[in-house]
Amino acid sequence: MSEIGKINVAHIAELARLNLREETKEKLEEEMRAIVGYVEMLSELDVSGIEPTAHAVPRTNVLREDVIKESFPREEMLANAPATVDQELVKVPQVLAEEGMA
Amino acid sequence: MTDLKRLTMVEASNLLSRGEITSVQLCKECLDRISSVDGKMKAFLSLNEEEVLSQAKESDARRASGKALGPFDGVPVTIKDNIAVKGQKCSCASRILENFVSPYDATVIAKLRNAGMVLMGRANMDEFAMGSSCENSAFQKTANPWDITRVPGGSSGGSAASVAAGETVIALGSDTGGSIRQPASFCGIVGLKPTYGRVSRYGLVAFASSLDQIGPMSKDVRDSAAMLDLICGEDERDSTSLPAPVPEGGFLAALERSGEDLKGMKIGVPKEYFQVEGVADGVKKVTEEAMEKLKALGAEFVEITLPHTKYAMACYYIIAPAEASANLARFDGIRYGYRNESSGDLVRTYFDSRGEGFGPEVTRRIMLGTYVLSSGYYDAYYVRAQKVRTLIRRDFVEAFGKCDLIFTPVTPAPAFHFGEKSDPMQMYLSDVFTTALNLAGNCGISVPAGIDRESNMPSGIQLIAPDLAEEKLFHAAYAFEKARGAFPVPAL
Repeated sequence: MSEIGKINVAHIAELARLNLREETKEKLEEEMRAIVGYVEMLSELDVSGIEPTAHAVPRTNVLREDVIKESFPREEMLANAPATVDQELVKVPQVLAEEGMA
Repeated sequence: MTDLKRLTMVEASNLLSRGEITSVQLCKECLDRISSVDGKMKAFLSLNEEEVLSQAKESDARRASGKALGPFDGVPVTIKDNIAVKGQKCSCASRILENFVSPYDATVIAKLRNAGMVLMGRANMDEFAMGSSCENSAFQKTANPWDITRVPGGSSGGSAASVAAGETVIALGSDTGGSIRQPASFCGIVGLKPTYGRVSRYGLVAFASSLDQIGPMSKDVRDSAAMLDLICGEDERDSTSLPAPVPEGGFLAALERSGEDLKGMKIGVPKEYFQVEGVADGVKKVTEEAMEKLKALGAEFVEITLPHTKYAMACYYIIAPAEASANLARFDGIRYGYRNESSGDLVRTYFDSRGEGFGPEVTRRIMLGTYVLSSGYYDAYYVRAQKVRTLIRRDFVEAFGKCDLIFTPVTPAPAFHFGEKSDPMQMYLSDVFTTALNLAGNCGISVPAGIDRESNMPSGIQLIAPDLAEEKLFHAAYAFEKARGAFPVPAL
């Protein structure tokens, strides 16, 4: 595994789309280093030739008939949306900046 | 006069069917109890008394006209706040879902409604089920009914406390690394983690999808079996649910006809579990006494080995955060949940809404998960952990070649005080005996065994069975429970 001295908290937060408060970053890095330091113990084990387990009780290709069924009513699903357009669409913030529109 | 607040689900069912009590009486007793103790215990995040009583009235009307929906029609059940109930809030004790109302019922809830049970309130939990004390709830800290200066455990702490304090008859919790079994032990009740796939996860807000299971938190073993009967089964809405057989007549019926003794049963004791450092003397004593009781019932103890035990926590703290970081990516402030309205563009909205909506522990786990899945670390951490998971599962499969059940403590120490485990790593290690099971997938039950003399707090034992062998768990747990005798109740 890698050297645990460096965990680039700002980069990870960027990947995770998390706005971290500046004053929490240092402590978070410290805690993450402690946890990553702990999980490093897995590197002691020889896992060559071992298949990874994604689900303990695996099932594959669970199929069913493709039947048309009633879905959820639109107004009920939109009731949880922070903002809507005429109760018909989810209203989202601007996606592209003005200059990008050109 | 029967103390209604101490009734089990099976006892309540008997009284209801004989017409000795009504659902309204039973529910009112619970509501009274809640109004007298929940101000200081804070197990409930939300509760609509009118809804409870109208469900109870409907149940009584059904029963009066001979149309009861089954033996448990009219019995109240409390639901952990991460399980969807149509028309009720489902916040997962998180700011980001503070105002979210479920548009549908989880499969387990649909099953409880079909059985006529009265859905009574939403139980507090650690935010998104991440934690072992309920201290990570964004809204309130639930106290342990045995000692309100201590935590009830977590993440299903509200469910455990409400059952233990007699605020409700039974509750549902969810268990990803011990979140049913640990609070059950801390509060002196029974908690079952069914085999992965035994119970549908449809409508359970996902934390770590390959580890999460819904299970009963109950006053005794019979109720645990009765509730599993109601909620288990394959579900077309959860492709990881299993088409698994149940005993003839169901788990409760199988339990009632199981033998009083445990003759011929081999119980394995993993030597590694007794090498764990920091196990409290009181817990050791309760564990040893429980072993003696099981021996007296005819069980034979054999030493077994689960050689990868010491790696289970490390494996869990890679896999669970990795899955959590992917599952929680859906909370982006767009279709539902909290949105920062002043962020400006779309990407800033994601950053601000998530940054403000998630609490510190959830943030930590998303960060860890993102780290172990990120480019350059994926193989070294995530894939390696998945391989170690294979080894952990193999340990159990091999051990069950030598024994029918495995016996361990549930936690190294009884319920701790608020704020006592402020370091995340220290908190994580309180789940050292429970997480391996979620990685391996098989089932386990936590049963109250005794009172730790040092703290005067309850302490449980854990019995572990192979995949889908819940029937065996119930048999041994029920025999043990009878040999132990009535368990004390908190004096709250």
